[in-house]
Amino acid sequence: MILRVRELTKHFGGLRALADVTFELGEGQILGLLGPNGAGKTTLFNVVNGVFAPDIGSIVFEGREIGGLPAYEVARRGLARTHQVVRPLDELTVLENVMVGACFGRERHSRSSAARVAGGVLERVGLAERSGQQASSLNVAQKKRLELARALAARPRLLLLDEALAGLNQTEIALMLGTIRGIRDEGVTILMIEHVMQAVMGVSDYLFVLDHGTVIARGLPAEVVADPAVIEAYLGDPDAAAGLSR
Amino acid sequence: MKAGRSPGLWLTLAAVLAAGLAPAIAESDTMREGMSTLLIFVTLATSLNILLGYTGYVNFGHIVFFGLGGYCGFYLLSRHGWPLPAAALAGGISSVLLAGMLGACILRLRGAYFALATIGINEAARAFVSTFPPFGGATGLSINFDVYRRYGGASRALWTVYASLLAAALAAIAMSHLVRRSRFGLGLMAIREDEDAAQVMGVRAPRLKTIAYMLSAFFPGVVGVLYFFKNGNVEPGDAFRLNMSIETMVMVMLGGQGTLMGPVAGAAAYERLRGYLITSPLFKNLHLAVAGLSLLLIVLFIPAGAVGWLRRRFPPLRRFLE
Repeated sequence: MILRVRELTKHFGGLRALADVTFELGEGQILGLLGPNGAGKTTLFNVVNGVFAPDIGSIVFEGREIGGLPAYEVARRGLARTHQVVRPLDELTVLENVMVGACFGRERHSRSSAARVAGGVLERVGLAERSGQQASSLNVAQKKRLELARALAARPRLLLLDEALAGLNQTEIALMLGTIRGIRDEGVTILMIEHVMQAVMGVSDYLFVLDHGTVIARGLPAEVVADPAVIEAYLGDPDAAAGLSR
Repeated sequence: MKAGRSPGLWLTLAAVLAAGLAPAIAESDTMREGMSTLLIFVTLATSLNILLGYTGYVNFGHIVFFGLGGYCGFYLLSRHGWPLPAAALAGGISSVLLAGMLGACILRLRGAYFALATIGINEAARAFVSTFPPFGGATGLSINFDVYRRYGGASRALWTVYASLLAAALAAIAMSHLVRRSRFGLGLMAIREDEDAAQVMGVRAPRLKTIAYMLSAFFPGVVGVLYFFKNGNVEPGDAFRLNMSIETMVMVMLGGQGTLMGPVAGAAAYERLRGYLITSPLFKNLHLAVAGLSLLLIVLFIPAGAVGWLRRRFPPLRRFLE
């Protein structure tokens, strides 16, 4: 197991964002994380990668506890992530954005070797011809790919993808899914939050579902989407949902 | 550092060196005094740029490093008989240490809160020095004119100081270039653009920011010692002028924050403007108002400054305009 999360709890004031979340992730797997808006998915990412410290619980990454470490420490140990709302470094070029990942990620490249790594990654996500442009000049789909490129340039062992497909059209989704599979095939483990159900079912080995900060279902994709608790969380009333699918 | 690979750096160094040598060639004391002011401005603006331009942290207290570093070096020189080079170095190092301590406290703050804290530091430093007996309290410190004899008389001493100011300005520019082209500099710029995203990518923001703050403090401390040595005395009002911090910021913004040449060009332009304003009967009491107004106009219309604007407007020039 590359990642073991146990009994993770996080409160914001009176709001319980995560309650007793436990899950494991085996090396080389793709684990999909589902849940309605406000279920705590992004909060879970933020706690795992060190943006927030957990109130209770443990996060063991490659055999070492990382709960409560600052985000940069977690990143250096080989855990990279993308953001749901893209966060390009606007005034820097596309290449420089990706170099930041290579310089400060797991392999901590020097500036010149980071430029080589970044060039290779940009080639792979299809942004090579944009590398000299300012990051702010990219369109949304390109910014999404830039997020991914930055994370990949860190050469992570585990990659957290926060809605990498949201806002993309069908062709772009197919392209992105191909890239994600390719990344997994190189031995990178992936935990992904996704709303595009068909896409996440096709690519994930396992799924788990959060609702109101607790895990309400987990298992193989086909089992999870048929689970009444999941249907209820997404659609409200399971009988109504059953009626819809009939 | 091959000349062909960073023409911008060599152009800048050559321009500053040429301007700096002009008074020596002309053997003119008045030119030397004017150029001293300019070189101090260049050094202050270039060092402020490391924090303001590269890291994106607005510092209203940059002059504290000039003042406090200057005080420390001047104290060693006047009371303990340290030679000028050692005292200047000690001034720089004490500013760096001060920045290290302050940074640990206030670099947790961001945006406007950090900026406000730096104003507080300026006032606190002034109050501290005014009541600190070894530094002479409100009257400050002065040197016996005999000291100049060690440097071959007052005139020779002033030329020595001038040469040191020129060297400090060139070294500050070189340091700025090295930071800008380094992995460390890339980390600073990532912090400037989005500190949280930078940390998620592994940038150790607290450490990098503190180092940037410390680097930006060194040359102001050195230059402070040289300046007060040249004047022969130091007093709290002269060492911690908040308006000097703001004027330095105008220079950086005018020339182009985050560029190598910007602060140098901005310092030169501002020195000219200030010289004109101070001597003109109409504006002589208003030069700070004009500085404030120009800062406002820059922020509103050319936030990237002159060099930044030119780089954006004429991409082929980017190789030379760094």
